[in-house]
Formats: sequence, structure tokens, C-alpha cells
Amino acid sequence: MIEKMVEDTAVELLRIAATELPVEYVEEMDRLMRETEGSVGTSQMANILENVNIAREGSKPMCQDTGVVAFMAKVGDGFPLRSKLKEVLVEATKRATKEVPLRPNAVDMFKGNTGSNVGLNGHVPIIYVDMVPGDGLELVAMPKGGGSSNVAAHRMLKPGLGLRGVKQFVVEAVAQAGSLGCPPYFVGVGIGGGEDACMKLAKDALLRPFKVRSPDHRVAEIEEELLVKLNELGIGVMGLGEGPSVLDVHVEMAARHPASLPVGVVISCWGLRHAKATISAAGKVEIDRNA
Amino acid sequence: MEHHLKTPVPEEEIRNLRAGDLIYVTGTVVTARDEAHLKALELNEKGEAPPVDFKGNGVFHCGPIMQKDDGGEWRVVAAGPTTSARMEIFQDEFIKVYRPSVIIGKGGMGKRTAKACREYGCVYGAFTGGAALLAARGIKKVRDVFWLEELGMPECLWVYDVEDFGPMIVTIDTHGGNLTADVGARVAERRDQLIEEMEG
Repeated sequence: MIEKMVEDTAVELLRIAATELPVEYVEEMDRLMRETEGSVGTSQMANILENVNIAREGSKPMCQDTGVVAFMAKVGDGFPLRSKLKEVLVEATKRATKEVPLRPNAVDMFKGNTGSNVGLNGHVPIIYVDMVPGDGLELVAMPKGGGSSNVAAHRMLKPGLGLRGVKQFVVEAVAQAGSLGCPPYFVGVGIGGGEDACMKLAKDALLRPFKVRSPDHRVAEIEEELLVKLNELGIGVMGLGEGPSVLDVHVEMAARHPASLPVGVVISCWGLRHAKATISAAGKVEIDRNA
Repeated sequence: MEHHLKTPVPEEEIRNLRAGDLIYVTGTVVTARDEAHLKALELNEKGEAPPVDFKGNGVFHCGPIMQKDDGGEWRVVAAGPTTSARMEIFQDEFIKVYRPSVIIGKGGMGKRTAKACREYGCVYGAFTGGAALLAARGIKKVRDVFWLEELGMPECLWVYDVEDFGPMIVTIDTHGGNLTADVGARVAERRDQLIEEMEG
């Protein structure tokens, strides 16, 4: 049964995302800890790394805020599960909430916490679906915590401010995030597309593999420049002024309306949690713990 | 300096602490976030008391993941700090009314909280954000839970017996020290410089 297979896989992805931080992030933080001068920054990094280790070994959520659940699905033309996919992912979210367990993080403004990470009006979990060639399904689970979501920023710039204005806004947004969203941060920037699209681009940017630069060298240069400048802000680990402030910056770009320059900045805490699986039409599942 | 505090913590011990000190707490720590702060303060306005005494104890900005074990007892799965800045709007009033000794959270707090800490003898202890399993390790027993039905798992009051819960860095002391605010001011200066120097 393909439905059961997708559901089981989605539960497993949520478990992996919550309990296993991708190894390359851990290695980078370990390297940066050794470069950190000052006992406060070093000890904060050591606490993070020890915590990540306990999570992996005990298969427990590394952070109590297991986030609002989002799935990004790329559905192949020939994949047998189509309109039912959403229902299956909703069911997987409910199950993972009990089985991992995840913290119930879906609050109904009138009735309170739904207790299941599901609700209201079919909007949570957040599900993005893309139709792609082929007959497989690529599924990414990305639960995102409230602390770093609260420091996201959005602005419709005057186009005359150009890329300089965009970069200035990113610096402003990350400085504003300061100590609040559990730095060191991952920063996703979306430029263009419209007021909603730039935020989605920014979220997608976070999922580009670690330290992989944009294929457009002009965008890649902006990423490198921002990575250096944002670290010069000196926020430091946990906002205590020592150690790294930002681990990586990814920028995605779309065309813009002549009168608009939309910019979205989506920030992740050090625990950028996600996991990916591909499922073939025949039901073969491959899980990528680090993607 | 490293300090091991036992709740209820005598006020002179709290006033002895300095920003930058490391602290560990043994005794009673109660979780309270946005909703619990609001509800506790509403009760006070009505002349009623909350179901747990915060005096001299730790107040933990935390919405834990809790699970019932086979015997029906609550146990902690993960319990790290949440962003304290959200509580800035009423933390000072809470400190004034309920007189906790240590506010535990992450990300630091602002002027109003710092003033209340100074006036009423309280410190802010920053626990490493996201380190929910390290924090859980220091929680020895779930003594009680209140308002679970009404506020839900992350927002209700969990009463924990803790042992050497820490390490926390004192970032707000009773002498006017506020480490996170100091760093924030330097970040703002750097921000202005970086924005000014930015090229197209």
C-alpha cells in the first residue's frame, strides 16, 4: 500500500529531523567552537554539541520546540498517490506527535492547543506540492521552531535602492534578530517574486545544501559577502557576543514587478532541522538523513 | 564565579551574584510562558492566588515536551528555554507580585525586567537555547502540573524538582548588569556601520 508507505516515511522523516542534526552542521559548529575565543562562547557551543549528541544517541528531540511541521513534496507525473497525499501527511503529523514525540504546537485562537500539530482549516501542517516529471515522490520534512520564525523579516523595498538596499535590509534583519532566535543562525533570503513568493523563496533557500553557493556567480558573491558581514555584527552564540553569529547564507532570486522589490529573510536557529526521502512508484524508499 | 543555589534562595545570595557568573539551581523550578504569566497576574488582580508559590523559586520560560510513562506518571522528554523577550511585557509585574529568585530562559530580557530584578532581588539565568536534553537531565521529578487542560502542554505550569539545574549564565544581576543588552548595543553600532559602508 503506497499510502501506508508514504505515511510511515513521513513519520520517520519527522523523527529524523527532530532528533538528528545533519552531521555537516555539527562538524562546522565543532570547528567554529575551536576557533572561538572566550569561555562564554565556547561553553555555549559545547552545550549545543553535547545536546545534539544526546539527541542522536537517545533518539530524542534535540529541542522541546519541535516546531510547526512543513512538508515540501515533489510529486512525479506517474506517482500513484496524488490528491490523497495531503490527507496522508496530516495523518503522519498526528502520529509523529505521539510517536516521536513532538510537542503539540498548533494553537486554535478560539479553542486553544489542538494537541495534534494539526489544524485549522487544513493549513497546518504546511504542505507545499510541486508537480515534476518522473514517477517518484521526493518528500522533505522541515519542522521549524517559533523562536527563530518570530525573527523573520519582510519588506517591500523601493526598487531604486537596488541590491545595496537588499543587503542593508538583511543586515538590519539579522541584527534585529540578535539574541532572540538561538544563534548561530542559518539565513535564507528571497528576492523578488512578490510579497508572498519572496518569503517562500527565503524558506526554500534554507534547504539548499550547506555551504553550496548559488549557481549564479553574482548571487553567490552576495551570499559570501553577507556571510562575512553578518558575522561582523558580533551577535555570537546565543547572543552573548562570542563565537559565530551566522553559519551560512543562501539567496534565491525571482523576477520582480517593475515597481516592487520584495525581500524576505527567513532565519533558522542552529538547529536547522530537516530530512528528505525519495519514494519510487514501486514503493522503494530512500532516506537522506543529511539532505 | 560558579554558584550552587538552593530554593528558596535567600535574597542576599541573589544580590551576591554578578552578570557573567555561572549558576546551578537545586530545588523547585516552575515553567511559565506567555499564557501562564498572564493568567497568574489576572488571578492576582482578582485577589486570588495561583496554585503554586513562586517565591524564592525558579521560573522557567519553557514549554516542555512531556510524556506519561506506563505507570501514568509524567516524565520530561525535552525541556529547553524559550525566548524570554516575549515575557518582557509583564515580567516586571510578575517579579513584583510573586518574588521569584531566578528567571530562567534564553535570549535575555530588557530594561523593565532588569529594573524589577534590581528592586526585588531576582536574577536572570540564560540557559543555552535549544539544549533541551541537557536541561531535562537536571530535572529529577515532575512534582505537579496545573492548568494543563486549559493552556495545553507548552503553556501550563509544570512544577519540577531539579538538581544542579544548569549551567546558566547570569546575564541580568541586581547591580544593573545586563550582558545581552550590552552585546545588543554593540551589535546595533556594528549594524549602523555595516549599513553605511555597504556597496551596491
